[in-house]
This record gives sequence, structure tokens and C-alpha cells, in this order.
Amino acid sequence: MPASLWTDEQKDGRSAMTQETSPEPAPTHAAKGATSGTAANVSTDRRSEMDAPSSQVRAFGGDTALRLDSGALLDPWQIAYETYGTLNADRSNAVLICHALTGDQYVASSNPITSKPGWWSMLVGPGRPVDTNLYYVICANVLGGCLGTTGPASTNPATGKRWGLDLPLVTIKDMVHAQAVLLDHLGIESLFAVVGGSMGGMQVLQWASSYPERVFAALPIATAARHSSQNIAFHEVGRQAVMADPNWCGGRYFDKGVRPSKGLAVARMAAHITYLSDPALHRKFGRNLQDREAVTFGFDADFQIESYLRHQGMTFVDRFDPNAYLYLTRAMDYFDLGADFGGTLARAFLHSATRFCVMSFTSDWLFPTSESKAIVRALNAAAANVSFVEVESDRGHDAFLLDEPEMFRTVVGFLTGAAHARGIAPPTGGAA
Amino acid sequence: MSGKNGVRGDHRLVADLVAPGSRVLDIGCGDGELLDLLVRDNKVDGRGIEISQAGVNACVARGLSVVQGDADSDLADYPDDAFDFVILSQTLQATRAPRVVLDQLLRIGSNVIVSFPNFGVWRNRLQLMFLGRMPVTDYLPYSWYDTPNIHFCTIRDFVSMCEETNAHMVKAMALNARGEPVGFTAPWWVWNLIGEQALFLLKR
Repeated sequence: MPASLWTDEQKDGRSAMTQETSPEPAPTHAAKGATSGTAANVSTDRRSEMDAPSSQVRAFGGDTALRLDSGALLDPWQIAYETYGTLNADRSNAVLICHALTGDQYVASSNPITSKPGWWSMLVGPGRPVDTNLYYVICANVLGGCLGTTGPASTNPATGKRWGLDLPLVTIKDMVHAQAVLLDHLGIESLFAVVGGSMGGMQVLQWASSYPERVFAALPIATAARHSSQNIAFHEVGRQAVMADPNWCGGRYFDKGVRPSKGLAVARMAAHITYLSDPALHRKFGRNLQDREAVTFGFDADFQIESYLRHQGMTFVDRFDPNAYLYLTRAMDYFDLGADFGGTLARAFLHSATRFCVMSFTSDWLFPTSESKAIVRALNAAAANVSFVEVESDRGHDAFLLDEPEMFRTVVGFLTGAAHARGIAPPTGGAA
Repeated sequence: MSGKNGVRGDHRLVADLVAPGSRVLDIGCGDGELLDLLVRDNKVDGRGIEISQAGVNACVARGLSVVQGDADSDLADYPDDAFDFVILSQTLQATRAPRVVLDQLLRIGSNVIVSFPNFGVWRNRLQLMFLGRMPVTDYLPYSWYDTPNIHFCTIRDFVSMCEETNAHMVKAMALNARGEPVGFTAPWWVWNLIGEQALFLLKR
């Protein structure tokens, strides 16, 4: 694929639509040709980020071994995290940010692999809606991830080899449990707020349910209390694409010195479509052709949308472990908070004193407003304190990662109200 | 259902009916003016429901707990006796099924406060009688074709609905053009003639 995939117009389109919210696609990434499956430099970089990340990291084991939902015991394990801002004297201003499927701990700081700005730096930072001048923000790589927290690409201390599929499956509840252990270690008994979108929103709901006394305010965005059949279906397509790549080698690709990059790229391409919306795609790409006057009567990327998706797939494999993609999509599939409470979601929030603010986007068909409304209904039935805002946007599920002023205003208003109730001074910085 | 029928002089009166520190649900809370007053002055644990996204966003941005929803369809989600006070201020006439809404209000709130514009006020009667047109006043500024108010009633209509639903009328007042209570007791038919608005406190 040529390096000059992008016209200026498309660069704009990409920056507005990509899950990574990077301001510009780096031509070097496109030129690297990472789909070859044996990019040695990338592999070395990634290995060090997996076991010894650039961020802070904390190892646990023995007394603090992690008993997983599946019954398996993870011992030892580690969790990689970033912090921003300062914890106040009475430890009341800690905000936990939970990242989505392909996110990481670098919520507001540069990603060491891609060198791109933090994935939510529009929302989190000094003077931003989650104002790091006021709040102490913590963001940890999820359990099962691939940027420093124990996941399938981490080294299994028992064998000295990568875990691969020997790592027990993890769930959303396990991720939250791991974060809770980290917070114990950091001496944070109670969180002012837990904030997250998509899979991050699932963690927010799990936090509010598992540790209601530790969560003062919860902000689940563009999420659901259970993964829908359609969403499981999309994930299965992605996993099958990875596993159908001959380089996957039953998950043992590291041992063989190869990578199922093509499979993972296809998985990413399919998933990326679900993050967007038909109107947004049509507005950005329409049926425009890619650097050509007419169709070529072949299977090259004639259309801009094809080129865009190929680019998305290609850049994704640079920074993400294929097995981690399997593990994390599975964790989302298994998420059904109501099922843990006899099928009645309201019981997950009974007697909760947490203040909730649920948010959805009009054009999000992956986690549609109806899923958020189901959460709100359950919270109402539990007589919980809940706000619900549906933000008008045509950018699909991705909207939660993008510049959406209405979302920012809501976050500022909700957090300010909650900060007032908790006795934290209101933020001085304005919304973006 | 932001219920913007001109001046809302009934906020202070509603606040006087609400016990301090109680749990309150304001249905059709608009931009949160009344709810804010109750949270601030009465120190209530306040929640709101508002149909317009702009209204909800304004409420949440000022720190209130408000969900986007509709009195006609979303009250069923709340458990029995969830609130000490449920307020339906200037909104009843905009619901599709006022009788069902009233039943829901009485189910989820121990006390129910309802205010509404009185369609039977003399001014409206005169407009209809002498101009032969649907009344348009400061309180009801809409033309018939663009009004959100689809179920107008008079004070006497409302009283008979309360009787049919076996709602106990704890307090009732007619308000004048300035939103002040009519300062004397009078038979229903008098209130029905001079009241621009009505305010009721109901119990099951």
C-alpha cells in the first residue's frame, strides 16, 4: 500500500473520526508496512511496554494475588497506570478513568508506542472538563490489555514465555477488581468519580455495583449494562479474523516469530465501521475515489473509504496485541451486570448513594440510547440519584472520544455539582 | 414539556408546600429553575424529568440530577412511594393521558403537587364568547395549532378528576394574574372564574 494514502481532506476526515483521536495520521506509520507480520522493531518496543511499561507500574502477588471470575488465581500480576494532578489532603479528589477496548493508561499523555497525544486529552487535563488542576486522575491499563498490565502478551513468570492463551480469561469484574487493588495500594479509599466510555463505561457500572461505598459519582458514557447479541456477533467476526490468520498459530505467534497482523487489521476494519455512522461516513467519504479519476476494475482500494479502513487496520496492528484483542472483546461479551443479580439490573444499584450521570449519543448504533435508557430505568427503579443526557451527534459511537461540546458541558456540570456536594472547590477552568 | 406558559409565579408557593430535606421529583422541570430553588432553599434531595434535551442539559450543567424523559411513558419505571413530593408544575395540560399521569404521580409520591393554567378563567371565556377564537393570553401564549397544551382543563374539571381517582385534596388554591393566591375562600365556581392558575396538594 502506498504511503501517500491520504489527501488533505481525508486527513481531516480521519482526525474527526478515528477511534484514536489523533490529530494527524503520521505518514511514517503508513509507510512502515506493518502488515508484513514480522516488524522486529515494533515487536521489541512492544515487548518492553508489555512487561516494563513507560508508565508507572505496580506488581502484586502472594497476599495480593488476584482471584479471577473464572476461579483461576493470577499470581503474580501487575498493573500499569498513569496519574495526573495532585491528591488533596483529605484524599477526596481522586478520579478514575476507565479506558475502552483499544485504549490504554495514557489518557492525557503521549502514547509511548505511537507518540500520539492521550486518547482523551480533550476531556482530561489542566482546565479541561476533568480538570487535573482540581482532580487527581488515575488511569490504568486494563487486565488482559497489552501496555503493561498483565495480559496475554506479558511474560508468564512461571515459564519465562509469553502467556498467550494460557492466561485465564478475564472479565470486566476482574478488571475492576484489579483497579481496586491498585487504589488500595495508592491509599485511595473512596473515588470522587469513575468515568469511562464503551468498555470503560462497563467498568464504571461494575465499580458502582461492586464498590458502591467507594464511588461518589459515576459517569458511564456510550455504554450498556450488558453486551448485546449484535455486539457479540461483531466481536466474533473480529476474533475469527484474527484466528483465521495462519500467523496466529493457535495464539503462539510470539514463539514462532510471526504476527497475525492481517487478521487483526481485518478485525479492526470491521470494528471501526461499527464505531462510525452511515451519515458521517457519507459526509466524509461518500463514493469518492482514492487518488484516481475512475474505478480500476480491480480490487485495489478504489474508494476513499476503503483506503481509510485499510489505514485504520494497518496502524492498529502496530500498537495492539492480537491475543489481547481476543481477551478484551471476550470480556465485553461476557458482561451482563443484571445477570449477576438474578436478571434484575436495578438490584445491582440498590441502596446506592452514588450520583450517576448516564450519557449516550444519538447516532451511536453500537451502544444506542436504548441501552443507556435501560440503565437509567434500573437506576430509577433503585431510587438512585441519576442524570441522563443524550447528546446530538452524527459521529456514531466514536463521538465519546471526540470534540463534542455538549458532552463536555455535561461533564463539567455534573462533576461541578458533585464536587460541590463532596466539598471540593469547583473547577476554575472552563470547558473546551 | 418545559411548560413555559408565560410567567411562573407559582414557584415560591410550591416551595412553601415542600417539606425541607424531603425527596422530591419535579416532572417537566424545564431548565431546572424550580428544582434549583428547592435544592438550594429547601435542601431537598431533588430529581427531575424533562422532555427536551436542551432543558436536561441545562439542568445537568447546573448540577441538578435530571433525566431525559416523558411524564406519559417514563413514570412507570419508578417504584411505589419513591418520593416524598412529586411535582407536576404547569405540565399536566401537555400530557397525552393526564388521568394516567395523575395515577402514576399518586403511586410514586406520598404528596403530589400539581399546578396548571385554568382554562375556565373569565378572560378565556370572554375571548371565546366575543371573539369566537381560542384564547391566547400571557399565560397561554400559543396559537391552537402550535400549542404543546393538548389537554386543557378548568379547575372544576380537575377537581372532578381528583374525585374520580379518589385523590385526597389536602390543599387547593387559585392564583391571580400575578401568580399570587386568591386571598379568600370561595366556592369552586368563583375560583374557576377568577383563577388564572390553580395549585393543588394531593395525597392518595
